[in-house]
Amino acid sequence: MSYLAPETLEQALSALADPGPMRLVAGGTDVFPALGDRPLRGGLIDLTRVAEMKGIAARDGGWRIGGAVTWREILKTDLPPCFDGLKAAAREVGSVQIQAAGTLAGNLCNASPAADGIPALLALDAEVELASRDGTRRLPLADFVTGVRQTALRPGEILSALHIPVQPEGARSSFLKLGSRRYLVISIVMVSAVLWCRDGRIAGARIAVGAASPVARRLPALEAALTGLAPEALGAVTTPDHLAPLQPIGDVRGSADYRRAAVAELCDRALRKALHG
Amino acid sequence: MDKRTSSPLTAFHLNGRIVEAAPLPGERLSHTLRERLGAREVKVGCNAGDCGACTVLVDGVPVCACLMPAQQAAGREVDTLTGLLETPEGQRLMRSFQDHQAAQCGICTPGMVVSAVALLRETPAPTEAQAQDALGGVLCRCTGYRKIVAAVVGAAAPRMGEGKVGDTIRRLDGPAKVEGRERFGDDIADPDTLVIRVIRSPHPHAAFSFGDLAALERRPGIAAILTAADVPGLNAFGVIPAFVDQPVFAESVARHRGEAVAAVVGTPEAMATFDPADFPVTWEPREAVLSVEEALAKGAPLLHETRKSNVMTSGFVARGDAAAALSRADVVAEGRFRSGFVEHAYIEPEAGFARLVGERLEVHACTQAPVMDQEGLAQILGWPKERIRIVPTAVGGGFGSKLDLSVQPFLALAALKTGRPVRITYSRTESMQSTTKRHPSDLTVRIGATKDGRLCGMDFRGDFNTGAYASWGPTVANRVPVHASGPYRIADYRAAARGIHTHNPSSGAFRGFGVPQSAIAQESLFDDLAEALGMDPLDFRALNALRDGEPTVCGQVFEQGVGIAACFDALRPAWEKARADCAAFNAASATVKRGAGIAGGWYGCGNTSLPNPSTIKAGITPDARLVLHQGAMDIGQGANTVIAQIFAEALGLPLAQVSLVGPDTDVTPDAGKTSASRQTFVTGAAAKLAGEALRREILKLCNAPETAAIALDGDGLHVTHEVQRHDIALDRMTPDAEGYVLRAEETYDPPTKPLDANGQGHPYAQFGYAAHLAVVEVDLTLGTVKPLRFTAAHDVGRAINPLLVEGQVEGGIAQGLGMALMEEYLPGRTENLHDYLIPTIGDVPPIDTLIVEVPDAHGPFGAKGLGEHALIPTAPALLNAIRNATGVRIREVPATPSRVKAALEAAGGAT
Repeated sequence: MSYLAPETLEQALSALADPGPMRLVAGGTDVFPALGDRPLRGGLIDLTRVAEMKGIAARDGGWRIGGAVTWREILKTDLPPCFDGLKAAAREVGSVQIQAAGTLAGNLCNASPAADGIPALLALDAEVELASRDGTRRLPLADFVTGVRQTALRPGEILSALHIPVQPEGARSSFLKLGSRRYLVISIVMVSAVLWCRDGRIAGARIAVGAASPVARRLPALEAALTGLAPEALGAVTTPDHLAPLQPIGDVRGSADYRRAAVAELCDRALRKALHG
Repeated sequence: MDKRTSSPLTAFHLNGRIVEAAPLPGERLSHTLRERLGAREVKVGCNAGDCGACTVLVDGVPVCACLMPAQQAAGREVDTLTGLLETPEGQRLMRSFQDHQAAQCGICTPGMVVSAVALLRETPAPTEAQAQDALGGVLCRCTGYRKIVAAVVGAAAPRMGEGKVGDTIRRLDGPAKVEGRERFGDDIADPDTLVIRVIRSPHPHAAFSFGDLAALERRPGIAAILTAADVPGLNAFGVIPAFVDQPVFAESVARHRGEAVAAVVGTPEAMATFDPADFPVTWEPREAVLSVEEALAKGAPLLHETRKSNVMTSGFVARGDAAAALSRADVVAEGRFRSGFVEHAYIEPEAGFARLVGERLEVHACTQAPVMDQEGLAQILGWPKERIRIVPTAVGGGFGSKLDLSVQPFLALAALKTGRPVRITYSRTESMQSTTKRHPSDLTVRIGATKDGRLCGMDFRGDFNTGAYASWGPTVANRVPVHASGPYRIADYRAAARGIHTHNPSSGAFRGFGVPQSAIAQESLFDDLAEALGMDPLDFRALNALRDGEPTVCGQVFEQGVGIAACFDALRPAWEKARADCAAFNAASATVKRGAGIAGGWYGCGNTSLPNPSTIKAGITPDARLVLHQGAMDIGQGANTVIAQIFAEALGLPLAQVSLVGPDTDVTPDAGKTSASRQTFVTGAAAKLAGEALRREILKLCNAPETAAIALDGDGLHVTHEVQRHDIALDRMTPDAEGYVLRAEETYDPPTKPLDANGQGHPYAQFGYAAHLAVVEVDLTLGTVKPLRFTAAHDVGRAINPLLVEGQVEGGIAQGLGMALMEEYLPGRTENLHDYLIPTIGDVPPIDTLIVEVPDAHGPFGAKGLGEHALIPTAPALLNAIRNATGVRIREVPATPSRVKAALEAAGGAT
């Protein structure tokens, strides 16, 4: 059993290649609850000191968010309005304590259907950077999260960064989460929207929904239907057809029917919020 | 090369001091701080980031210490409450938390204060919303958060008195709580104490057999394995003598998920790497009955062979002829109402420490009932109870569940078998799986009224899911029929309640013993009746409110002290304003509607028709110390302060001169259990008697009249009346064996009479009364319900300490709100504070407490009990407010957004 705190990505990858079960940890906000009161088997590789995984940097018109960046750092960073949705999601992640420790990358790797970070990042068209000793590959986020608690992360790989591509000019965004209490709550459903206008009309939109399917999903039909609409009079635009990619389940937090109805309403509200604040 | 932790030492600054520790890989910072560095002010409530009690600052930023790998702290600044006390923000919060009584039990206080320090450093004058955002990650189950918000935003402090009856004063035990010095169940043991880990059933019903226990016992560091075979006395416990049915360790069959079958005792090092999954046990799952329907079905497996059809017991009250009255009533409202398991969710999981001292056993654990613990352990050990000493620790919330034995039998058996000191702390999941719950209820109720608005007949049938073992289930079955009428005049009444066993954790005592459930049904149907009669809901209740000289449904007539009408009167201005405000709001709002709802409640203080004594002892030492042996467990509600105020007033000396000795079965007499809203009333009455008796002893020494004034100082006692003064030199008197030169010990037992077969009699010497007004906002599209404010009128007879009354009311309302809107315990599904939702600081709106004082002849200075009353009207008031907002009647709690939306759609009222 060991505890390793590598300072470079290369060190982290080589630690991961060592024999013996090693688990990656950053904020610990998922690792420890999953551990419960059982002992840790194997060791931990702490990623919070890895230089390449730190910081948020503007790059080629887009942004690189290091794999060890916390929700709190997102909130403390000056970012354009297209990140308002991601920031709103950051504020809804657990509590200030969780936001201070938990990382965006960890949220993605944990791959909970109710992960607060995924819809906003899907709506930003995020890609993940996966590092291994064989090199680095990139995947669209939609291809990275493959199922409930399942990702495309291969053995020996580390999610080293997120990349947010250049966003259309004037893009604005929003995020709404529905839960049964104010703080520290798992979503019943959540919606994030990014959209942009040209000549007084909606020119494009990306809308993603979480906790209404095993993996958070974009709603392409709704996105298409929005193009060309006038933002001033945007009313109830979301129809049941638009929600076809979703497969909401019924559980302790809400019935499947409820989730479907709530998503439609939340989509409309998220769009209005993105447009009008 | 990797920065391998070649040296296992981790060094960081703790409260400004460099410290080094050698945590194991995977060790949480909270554990390192508490067990390796002595920072026990860091509290652990969930080990999952769900409660925030362990909040510390790392480089100035609040984080949950339970989620941080200890090594991650290397080279950083870690500050706990202790290190922040002397900062300007810490000093300010120490004062304001005490001024507002923002700490009740005190277990969440370190997390609250640390989070608040971080806020005040960034935002010296925060708004309420900023305070809520900053403290949203710390759960509190006692206060209802309002006092915490007031303390953090720096609201004006309430005016403090000097400690007379009726004075608001700071809690006497407040400083230890706000400074993190209070020692709870997990704070007693030395770090090297042997650790107990309980092995529990993963199935609701399963036979089991053990493998090679001896091999496990031989493993390095393992000191003992405990099973049913190690119980020297009776392998059973329970709180009601006729229903002692719960084994310490199941013997061959487990009857609920989480039931204990064995325990492993070992060194902290060995237990840190012990995985319960490695315990050699084989399970054979059996058919389980989880609901009342399943348990009552023909051929259902029996939980207990002697309890036919799984019916544990039943309660019954009948007066007049309910059926005839209902048939002649002009209007009848009826309905079926259901509720689920509710978890107490105190932030302190059960914990304790035990050791052998000579031939005796000493148990330090959190409890609401030290003498019952002593008696229960005596039976389990087969020992005389004098060989067992119970020294209660501070209690981090109880609400009923810590009345039952939990960790104590394991501590006792482990100490006995190993001969060494032992400790145990339940994990959050273990606490939730294995301790008692509020009973799920299934109630079918009919209530009638005549055209003139008077109640005319009530029929109540209730089934309560009592789980695997009896616990306080019989009390619920008996209390509910006595209370299900509410505080109203109903001449023709029939109420029957049953407790049904299922393969679930035991349902037991939880603030209100079944009455919060029955109040939902009765108070909801009252709104139906008022509507059918075209009456205002408050007028309808006021018209039917019980008054002095009128019989209760048990035929008990109180000639004085019935305060429910006064509560309704007190609410009337707020009610009329709320109704008008809601109507005005709704006229301008299509998809968001507001509503105001009202509900009344009552609760009999003390045991139902059973002896219920409390004893209080006090003495004065030769060096002029006035000592009060205060045995009423203060679980956050304030007994330490209230009982002392009563005693000092009766004695006639300033409260500041009273030194408290707490509950301890060796030195403090039995003040009974902290339960049934009895401590202010019963122990308070004993304290008053003790104060008066001590006063008489003093006056007797100098033949002074009752009107004489007493003073105490370093020279002794001074008695003056008119111009005469007597000085009593205490140091010349001969102390008794306990060191007292003057003493008094008095017992009070409230007068009750048994109930006959129809439940007629005098179940309680007093009731307390309450009425709540809730205002809510309902989003018709999403089904979300947002409480906007509460107004709560409580007849407490006499408010001994008005701010403590507010604290009880606000905390009770928060729990009622949780029960109404979000809380449901599902075994196997919501066994942590992540999935089981209790209200956060952002969920409890402003609460106005209206203190009503209709004195009670039996209560000390007229005081009545309050603890449970604070919760009873809350849920029905909320449901009635939802109905007022939407026209939709919710008959199953919690009223989650999903359920509210479904009800709106069923009613065609959805948009």
